[in-house]
Amino acid sequence: MTNQPNSLLLTKTNISSPYKVVGLIGVCGLAGTVWLGLFVTPPDQFMGNLVRLVYLHPPVAWVAFLAFGITALASSLYLWKRTRSLVWDRLAGASGEVGVVFTGLTLASGMIWGRPTWGVWWTWDPLLTSTALLFLLYVGYLVLRTTSLDPNVRAKRSAVAAIIAVIDVPIVHFSVLWWRSLHQPPTVLDPTLTPHIHGEMAWTLLLGFVSMTLIYVWMTAVKYRSLVMGDRIESVWLDAALSERRAESLVGNP
Amino acid sequence: MFRDALVIATKDLKIEIRSKVVTYQIIPLGLAVVLFFGISLNGSPDLLEKTGGGLYWIALLFTSLLAVSRSAAIESEDRAGEGLTLAGVDPAGMFLGKTLAVFAELTFVGILVGGALLLAFHLRLVGMPVLIVSGLLGIVGLASAGTIYGGLAGSTNIKDTILPLLYFPVVSPVVLAATRAWELSLGGHAGQSGVWVRILFVFALIYCVVGIIFYERILEI
Repeated sequence: MTNQPNSLLLTKTNISSPYKVVGLIGVCGLAGTVWLGLFVTPPDQFMGNLVRLVYLHPPVAWVAFLAFGITALASSLYLWKRTRSLVWDRLAGASGEVGVVFTGLTLASGMIWGRPTWGVWWTWDPLLTSTALLFLLYVGYLVLRTTSLDPNVRAKRSAVAAIIAVIDVPIVHFSVLWWRSLHQPPTVLDPTLTPHIHGEMAWTLLLGFVSMTLIYVWMTAVKYRSLVMGDRIESVWLDAALSERRAESLVGNP
Repeated sequence: MFRDALVIATKDLKIEIRSKVVTYQIIPLGLAVVLFFGISLNGSPDLLEKTGGGLYWIALLFTSLLAVSRSAAIESEDRAGEGLTLAGVDPAGMFLGKTLAVFAELTFVGILVGGALLLAFHLRLVGMPVLIVSGLLGIVGLASAGTIYGGLAGSTNIKDTILPLLYFPVVSPVVLAATRAWELSLGGHAGQSGVWVRILFVFALIYCVVGIIFYERILEI
C-alpha cells in the first residue's frame, strides 16, 4: 500500500524541462544583475553605493505584486462557474505562496536599505507598514488553504479571500502618494509615468525585473506541481484505505 | 434581500441578547482593554490624552473580534447556516443581516467603551460630528469585513486561531483611518479629518459590496 504514493512521487515530481530552462535563465539573469549592479554601474550622487540595492529591491517587490495579481486572477477564474477548475485553485495557491516569499524578501531588503538610509531597521513608514500587513494578509490566505474543509469548499473560500486581499495591493502602492512619507518616491515610474533612472543603471534594473519574473514563473511551476502531487497522493491513499476496508469486510463476511 | 436582512439581524440580536454574550463577555473585554492601556501607559495624563483615539479603536477591534466570532458561530453550530440556505434565505440578505447585527452590537459596545475612555483618560469631547460619522463608518467597516472573514473561517478546524490572522490585517486601513480621524477631532482639528472620513467611507462601501457579491460563494458547500 505504501509503495504506491512513493512510486508516484518518484515518477511524477520532476518539473518539465521548459520550466527548468526558464528557472536557469532567471538564475543566470540574476547573477548578471548582481555583477552589473556591483561592478559595472556607477554609485549614486547622493546615496553612494547604497543605490546598488535598487537593482534587487524593486524587482523583488514587483514579483510580490505580480504573484498576488496572478493569485487574484486565478481565484476569479475559479469562482466563475464557466471556468471553474482546480487548476486555477492550485495556480492561485502556488502563486500566493511564492508571493509571500517575495513579500518577505521585499521587507528584508527594504530593512537592509533602510538601516543606513534612515538610521533604523524599521520605521513606521506607511509603505513599510502596509507591506508588512500585506505579508500577514497572505500568510492568513495560505493558512486558510490548509484547513480541513472539502477541497472544493476550501477552494471557493480561498478564492474569495484572495480577491478581497488583492484590494489591499493597490493601497500598498499608492500609500506612498496618499500618506506622504519617509519612503522615497517610486524609482522607476512616478504618477506621470516619467522614468527616473537612465543608461546602464536602467538596463541593469530591467535585467533584474526580467530575471526575478522568470524565477517567479519557475518557482510557481514547481509549487504547482507539488500541489498536484499532494492531491494525487491524497487520492491514492484514500483509494488504498477504501480497498483495505473492503478486503477486511470480505474476510469478516466470506 | 432587505427583508431577509432584517429577519436575520433580528434573529442574531435575539440570540445574543438571550445568551448575554455581549453583556458578560464583549463589554467586559472592552473595559478591560481600556484599563490595561491605562496601566501599561503608567496612567500618564498627557500620553493617555494623545493616544486616546488610537486606544479606543484598538479596544473596539478586540471586542469586534469576539462579536464577529460569535456571529459566525451562530451559523456553524448544528449547521444552522446550511439550514438557512436550504430554506431559501437570500445570501446577500444573510450577509447584510449579520453585518447589521454586529454593527448594532459594536455600536452599543463602542458607546460604553467610549464613555469609559472619556472618564478614565480625561478626554475632552470636541468635534462630535466627525467622531460620530467616522465612528459609525469605522464600525460598518469592521462589521462587514468581520462578517465576510467570519464566514470564511467558520466551520474550519482552526477557526478560533485563523480568524484574527485573516481579520486584523484586512481591517487595518479602517483602524488606521478611524484612529487618525479621532485623533484630529479630539485634538481640535476636526476640519482636517476629511480625507480619513472619505477613506472610511470607501472601505465600508468596498467591504459591503464584496460581501453582497461573494457571500453566496462562502456559504456554498
